[in-house]
Amino acid sequence: MLMPPLNTFMFSVQPRGAVGRRGVGAHPSAAETALPALPPALSVRDLTVAYREKPVLWDIDLDVPQGVLLAIVGPNGAGKTTFIKAVLGLVNTAAGDVRMFDYPYADQRSRIAYVPQRGSVDWDFPASVRDVVLMGLYGRLGWFKRPGKAERAKAMTALEHVEMEAFADRQISQLSGGQQQRVFLARALVQDADLYFMDEPFQGVDATTERAIIALLRDLRKRGKTVVVVHHDLQTVSEYFDHVMLLNVRRIASGPVDDVFTEDYLRTTYGGRVGFLRQPK
Amino acid sequence: MLDGLLDYTLRSVALGSAVLGLVSGALGTFAVLRRQSLIGDAIAHAALPGIALAFLLTGTKSTAGLLLGAFIAGWLATVLVNGLTRSSRIKYDSALGLMLAVFFGFGLMLLTYIQQTPNANQAGLESFLFGQAAALVMRDVWLMAALGSVALAGVVLLWKELHVLAFDPEFGQSLGLPIRRLDLILTTLLVIAIVIGLQTVGVVLMSAMLIAPAAAARQWTDRLGMMVLLSMGFGATAGVTGAFLSSTITNLPTGPTIVLCATALVAFSMTLAPNRGLVWRAIREWRQGRQLRLDAVLLDLYALARQHQQQQHPHREAVLNIMSDVPGRTVHNLRELADAGLVRQIDATHWALTAHGLSKAQTLAAEREDGSTPVLA
Repeated sequence: MLMPPLNTFMFSVQPRGAVGRRGVGAHPSAAETALPALPPALSVRDLTVAYREKPVLWDIDLDVPQGVLLAIVGPNGAGKTTFIKAVLGLVNTAAGDVRMFDYPYADQRSRIAYVPQRGSVDWDFPASVRDVVLMGLYGRLGWFKRPGKAERAKAMTALEHVEMEAFADRQISQLSGGQQQRVFLARALVQDADLYFMDEPFQGVDATTERAIIALLRDLRKRGKTVVVVHHDLQTVSEYFDHVMLLNVRRIASGPVDDVFTEDYLRTTYGGRVGFLRQPK
Repeated sequence: MLDGLLDYTLRSVALGSAVLGLVSGALGTFAVLRRQSLIGDAIAHAALPGIALAFLLTGTKSTAGLLLGAFIAGWLATVLVNGLTRSSRIKYDSALGLMLAVFFGFGLMLLTYIQQTPNANQAGLESFLFGQAAALVMRDVWLMAALGSVALAGVVLLWKELHVLAFDPEFGQSLGLPIRRLDLILTTLLVIAIVIGLQTVGVVLMSAMLIAPAAAARQWTDRLGMMVLLSMGFGATAGVTGAFLSSTITNLPTGPTIVLCATALVAFSMTLAPNRGLVWRAIREWRQGRQLRLDAVLLDLYALARQHQQQQHPHREAVLNIMSDVPGRTVHNLRELADAGLVRQIDATHWALTAHGLSKAQTLAAEREDGSTPVLA
């Protein structure tokens, strides 16, 4: 992997300790209520992940203020998915401290929801759309308990949010890619979390689904939720998100889109191979 | 006297095989859905040295003792497979193959050694290779039923957790479910299911009893609960039928017979099950092909009609034939459309859309325009 020396471009738009102040400042609506400062929704320190001695993520620091939509952007193999999985404890980390709303993840599970990549499961699995959405509630149902009426109602509400209520009894193998994605989103919505992690939700979806996801993200932000999204399409970053982290094994930069999503940083992230360059405003 | 003996034997054989089929059908469903079909093979083969060691240690052929040995050895093999996969570069399938060969080889060695010792009890241990249902006594059946109840109770109690584990384990982990522990529990239940079948089906073919009923059940349903129930039913059917056949026809080995019955169920399901079965699929594809063919002609006719003021303007069949991707079939297609009331024949060579056909064509054209063509069902 092409990797310029560490210290040449380890800029931090959000300095350590300034707990998301800059992010909050970029958000007038949040700023009014920001005294005393809210703890960051996600705070990552020195996160390092290695597969067989090869670093996949190297010494990542990140603060995500509450109530922002943050995109994680970087080339293939940059470790975007691994970052989310490491934060959620799904892969072993070599080092690092992760806090959500100032507490370790283990204490905050009920406030966190995860939307894995659509391709990570077998969609020919014998289950209906409702079955999959109900899985979002399995964590809080408790051992030996089965989902009942209340849970089914919650699942329907979540399906309505993504305009999939008509598909509740459909076998999941009959869904299009976009519909599968919306089912995954509904499964996260029933969790009624405060912090959402979504891995490539826009990957290979139709225009209807893309619009539905954007509407959903904005609705979540309006309700003060925080969403961290692995995103592929550089063209839409400024339109859809207000914060961004540029990632290529190391964190190249992170912060409000206007400060960070610049040609220089992008070039650093993509090693000069960036086909898309932002027009200066 | 003979009648009584036959009844007794048949009854225990049938009951034992039914229990075996029920339990392996239920646990096999999860193994198949998790794409771990081969783990059953590894566990079953790995159980052999456990059986042999249990015999050497106790010196008797008590079923409980032998099955306990089988359980420990099978369980140890899966733990080693998981450990090996996690801590080395050896892939899962290689680790399975490795454990299977090592344990089974060791088991065969022990069997040979036991055969050379002057022990009157020794005869019959090798029946664990291919199974021997006729040797089942009611006490064995009770033991199998007790073990099987534990395995099935585990599946019922942990239903929703196992559901997540099989569909999306990483998501389950993000929910805070102890996925690794659940994996271990499911594997343990699987080992129990296999141990139950060793006497009847034998170590060599036991894995088929996990895979075949589940694979057959998958053809008939799209619901996990129904799949587990069907798989249990298929397993029991195969077990009872096979055991019955092998105990009535002389020199028919039990294990292979049961497995062949299960395979017959798979073949039957794969051909005839609605939706997934090959026959149904062929019919559906033929229907879809016909639909597409007819739609194409209808749309061609509509395209021509749009060039005229009068939308039901008649057109020559020859023109439509030129527009078609499959020339030569146009008359045939037009007749089929006429049968459906979508077009009508004006004279020998001219055809026109009917009012019904026009509206159908307009809907079709609109659907193609916005790309929302529904998936053909």
